[in-house]
Formats: sequence, structure tokens, C-alpha cells
Amino acid sequence: MSGHAVHSVLVSIPAGRFESVLPPAAGIKEVSVASFRIDSIPVSNADFANFIHRSAQWRRDRIPRVFADTQYLRHWESATEPGATLRNQPVTRISWFAASAYCEARGARLPTWYEWEYVAAASETQTDARKDDAWRQRILDWYSTSGRGPLPDVGQGVANAYGVRDIHGMVWEWIEDQAGMLVSGDNRQQGDPDTMRFCGSGAITMEQKENYATLMRIAMLSSVQASYTTATMGFRCAADRVTR
Amino acid sequence: MRTHHLLCVCVVAALLAGCTNDRGSPTVAATTGKAPAGTGGSHAGDFGPPQGEPVHAVLTSPPNVPPPTNRKAPAKVIVDLEVIEVDKEIAEGVQYTFWTFGGTVPGSFIRVRQGDTVEFHLKNHPDSKMPHNIDLHGVTGPGGGAASSFTAPGHQTQFTFKALNQGLYVYHCATAPVGMHVANGMYGLILIEPPEGLTPVDHEFYVMQGDFYTVGKYREKGHAVFDMQKAIDENATYVLFNGAESSLTGPKALKASVNQKVRMYVGNGGPNLISNFHVIGEIFDKVQYEGGTHAQENVQTTLIPAGGAATVEFHTEVPGNYVLVDHAIFRAFNKGALAILEVGGDARTDIYSGKQVDETYLSDKVASTEAVSIAAQANAAGTLTKEQQIAAGAALFKGTCSTCHQDAGQGIANVFPPLAKSDFLMADMKRAVGIVLNGLTRPITVNGANYDSIMPPMSQLTDDEIANILTYVANSWGNSGAVVTKKQVTEARATTKRPEGAAH
Repeated sequence: MSGHAVHSVLVSIPAGRFESVLPPAAGIKEVSVASFRIDSIPVSNADFANFIHRSAQWRRDRIPRVFADTQYLRHWESATEPGATLRNQPVTRISWFAASAYCEARGARLPTWYEWEYVAAASETQTDARKDDAWRQRILDWYSTSGRGPLPDVGQGVANAYGVRDIHGMVWEWIEDQAGMLVSGDNRQQGDPDTMRFCGSGAITMEQKENYATLMRIAMLSSVQASYTTATMGFRCAADRVTR
Repeated sequence: MRTHHLLCVCVVAALLAGCTNDRGSPTVAATTGKAPAGTGGSHAGDFGPPQGEPVHAVLTSPPNVPPPTNRKAPAKVIVDLEVIEVDKEIAEGVQYTFWTFGGTVPGSFIRVRQGDTVEFHLKNHPDSKMPHNIDLHGVTGPGGGAASSFTAPGHQTQFTFKALNQGLYVYHCATAPVGMHVANGMYGLILIEPPEGLTPVDHEFYVMQGDFYTVGKYREKGHAVFDMQKAIDENATYVLFNGAESSLTGPKALKASVNQKVRMYVGNGGPNLISNFHVIGEIFDKVQYEGGTHAQENVQTTLIPAGGAATVEFHTEVPGNYVLVDHAIFRAFNKGALAILEVGGDARTDIYSGKQVDETYLSDKVASTEAVSIAAQANAAGTLTKEQQIAAGAALFKGTCSTCHQDAGQGIANVFPPLAKSDFLMADMKRAVGIVLNGLTRPITVNGANYDSIMPPMSQLTDDEIANILTYVANSWGNSGAVVTKKQVTEARATTKRPEGAAH
């Protein structure tokens, strides 16, 4: 049913500077990103099942509640097996703790927000396509459909300029510095930009104020805590240029 | 006159019956009388701690409104509101993924009493893609509850507020990007009743306007997706009441009867457009803006800002369909801002007659149309004389031809050619028939002067009428000519082509 499993490879991303929607401080526009590597596709249920076979403490029936809420991997057939139809779909209902543990077991880590944003800015042809209206609208189209249908298998999407797939249009993705997303749940607050970095008054601190697609990622990430799991939140791993 | 009196008696009887049977309390007298003094605002809105057992708020889907709270003391009220992302029709054959409070656009109607302590539970359905929150304009506190209610998919949050200000308030999602959440339908109304409650009415309805932005055109079939650029440009594809084009029409129309008092809680979710709310055929006896207690009376159209609300009230007298519109009228007829209130009951011809007359109107320049009918009858009888034709033609000329060619056929120099002593006209009456029927768009020379105006085709005139007009023209103001017969006109009409006649 679900075709051939596509295996993730860590793709090298060159160092660079770019304008993040979340400037690190007032007056600083550009962010430097050192070269790093990132999974070409999101982690699948099959990948995560392999991890659980080796690290049984991350099974849904054994995980401490502090590391994952009650919905953790609840859609799997059993505590150890996702079932045939889910195998090649991206793993979701996964907590930040579990995602981090998975990456760590691979000698990797979750990508930082800046790394993720840097890679996610690329279209098929450009490394920074954020001013491409058509590309942006395609991303927004995903947000215009409901989350009720089954997820597609990983690896079916078109690779972006870095060779990374499915970074848009599939699932939300955890990032390493989740807890650092000091974002207010009310994004319109006009308060101190240091404490409320992305205010909905957006124009004040949002450098790419029209980049709603990224804004929604930030909103989603800031709504969840590390133990939360949702039906559309998955992850992929990243690693420094030289690992181990 | 006798029948009128009888009718009045019947109506009064029905009115009285309606009052006592439906509610057990009078519905009419309550609005008049003393104007309320200032409410004192939030400073005077704290009536102390909640009393008695907590109550669960009744939530209703539009266009329904929960019943009055009928409480005399502040209570603890628990509100359970679920955020659901749903696929629904925005127009016939057009699907849209709405983000909703309670599964509908607008979201569930919430009704509490001033001074109540509201324990608010916001639940975000596990199938939701987005995090959501709620900012209630009826909340006193930073963000209106937004930060406290920020909720990931498959989670729920809780916060509590005291409803200090009475009034009708919008609530909406305030999660980034706020505009998109609102544009997808995330708004609704909360009514905070004054402590003494509202006067009883026969019907309460919940109507909320919103503007929608899709990549496809208006009514383009299929799944429509949100268009961010159009939203930024404030270029709405749809402007709707209650989230869909057919939400309040056909079988879903609002319904009332004559001699009833109707109250509508009307909100505007926006995100961008101000509503020019109007009910065709009604005058709002009373409009209360937001939480205002000083009602404006006798209002035809009321502005409702995006993120604002008004309570409108009117009394029904005449049966029929009343159309709710945004009176920025292209929104009504080209973007969907239409709803229907069906009022049933017996006709009230003393108030509104319905159509009494529908006949030809040829402007006040027409002295009499009598000559026209005499000529038509005479022609049918075969007894038509030149004099009858001229008399009929004279009557028709006024109002049809005289607008341009002037009353004495003198025309207007350089613009409309003269008919009086016209060499061009008199040279060829058959040509003249063709010009009246088909119009004229080429330059001509009349009595040595050049004219290049456009004469529209007058083919809406009957053959009789054209024959009479031309006979009149050919025998007036110094012209002397022959009779133009109906037969000549009929032949010309049959052998030439023309656009639609000008509707003079």
C-alpha cells in the first residue's frame, strides 16, 4: 500500500546569513547560520519504531507522563508497531522529549529555529524564495485544508534547492530551541520587544511581515510544551557539520 | 371605509392576543419611557462574588440565541467552547476550510449577565492543524483572554474573568497571523445582559457579517483556499452573513410574523470591512451600539465596525420578505451579503398597499395620451384620418422626441438636428422611417449644418406610433408632407435589422 520506504539522508547545508522573521535583538537584522546537516525527509513511523525497539522506555505504555501527554503515539496499532498503513507516513503525536531522544540516539539533534527557517526559505530553485508570491501561496494552501485526511508518505514531495523534502505541506516540525520561543500566546501585544519578540503588531519586529507561513510555524511552536503531542506535529533531525 | 375599520379592529385584537399568549408579559410598552441613566461602566459592574452553584452557559449556533439568563444575582458561569476546523460550503459547490468556535461561522453565541464570573474553557479539537485562542471584547484584562487561552491542537485551556461591562461584544481568535484566523471565520458574539435583563421580544436572531478572501473567483466551484494578498489588499471575494451564501435564505430564512417585535444581535467579524447593515423594507425602531444604553431611534442603515456589534430592534407590520444586506450594495448582489427575514401574516394594505398601478408613463410633458388611443382604434377600424394621426403623433412626440429635437422641432444647434423645415428629413420620408426604427450614427448635413450625434433606435415604439409621429413631424412647423402609414413602418421593420430599442 505505502510503496517503497524512503530513507533519510543528512544533507549538507552551507553556512550563510539571512534575515530571520525573529531578529535575535532589536536592530540586528541578519542571522548567521554555520554549516550543518539536516534530514532530507521527516522521520517516519517506521524509523521511530526501530528506535523504540532498541529504547523501550520510549514506548507509549512506558513513557513517563512528564515526557509525553496521553496522546503520545496513540494512533499506532500497538506500543511497538505503527501498522502497515502508517509505516511510511511521518511520525506524529510525538513529544519534544521523544524527538530529541531519537535524534540523540543517531548522534544528531533537532535543528535550531534558525537552521529550520534557513532551510525552509528555499524553493526548488532558490535558497531564499520568500519573496516569491506563488511559492508562498503554495505553502499557504496547506494551511487552507483541514487536518482530517491521512498524511502522505514521506519523501513524495519535491526537493528544495538544498535537496530537502516535505519541509512544507506535510507536518509541523519540532525544533531544538523550542523552550526559547518566548512568544506570547497573544501575538498582538505591543509590549517590550525583548520579552514579546514576535508581536502581532508584527510590523515592529517581524522583518518579513508578509511571511505568514513562517509566522504560523512560530505560532504553532509557541503553543506547545515539550511534553505535548499533536496529530500534525513531527520532526526531522539535524547535526553539526562534523559529528561525534 | 367600513372595511378599513374592521381591519384595524382585527389587527389590534391579534396584537393583544400575541402579547399575552406568547410570553405572559407585555412586549410593546417596555421600550418606551425613561432613558436609562449612565451604567457606571466597569467600575460599577462588580456585584460581588458569584452566588449559588456554578451554571453551564447555554451556547447556540447561529442564527439562534440562548434564552435570557433570568438571573437576579451574580453567578459563576462555565463556558465550554470547542475550536473545530471544518470543511463547509461557502457558496453553492464551493468548499472552504473554516476555522470555527463551535463548528459554525460565526461561533456559538454566549449569553451571561453583567457581574457574572465566567470560567472559560477553550478546547482545541485533536484534528485541528492550528493552535488557537480567544480574545473576548467583553473581557477586562490584557489581551481579552488571548494569552491565557492559547491552545495547541488536542489540548484545552482555562481562564476566568468577571463580566464587568454590559453589552454586545465580539470575540475572535488572536493567534498569529490574526488576520488569517479571523478571515477563516473565527469570531462570534457574547452578550452580557444588563443586571435587570432585556425587555422580552418575540424573536431574537444572531447575525454576523464577515469578509472572505479566496484564490478563486466568487462562486468558482471546488475547494477555495485563503488568499493572503487579497486579504492584505482588502479585496474581498465574499462578504457574507453567517459564513455562507445560503446560510439565511430559502428554507433557512429567518422567520417571524406580523405584529411581532424582532431583535437582532448583529456583529461584524471583519477582518477588514465595515458593515452598512440595512434591512430592505424596515426601519430599525431602535439601534443600540456595542454596549450602549442610549439607543438611537428610527435608523435606516447602521454602521457596524469590524470587531464591533449592534443590537437592532424593529416591529413587523407588513408580511413579506425583508432582505438583510450590507448596503455597500455590490457586496449584497455580487459578493453574497444577503439574508432573508420572512414575515408571515395577513396583509396590511392600510400600511402598505402593494402595487396599485402599473401603466405607461411618458413624463409630465405628455399632455394626454387620449389622442394616441383614438388613432390606434381608428386605424384598427380602417377610419384613420391624417388629423387623427397628427394629433396622436403630437402627443407621442412630446416626451419621446422633444427631449432632443425640442418642442417645436427646432433642435439644438450643432448637437441635435432640427426637424422643423428640415431639408434632410423632408427629402426622403422612407429614410426617416428607417432612422426612427434603427437609429442613426453617421454624420449628416441638415439645412447646411453638420451634425454628428448618435440617435438611439426607437424600435420600442409600435408601428402605429412611429407612423403617427412622422406624420405629425412631416406636417408641422412649416413642413408640409404626406402621411406615413403603419404599413410603411411595418415593412421597414421587417426588412431591416436593429439593436434593442432605447427605453425612453
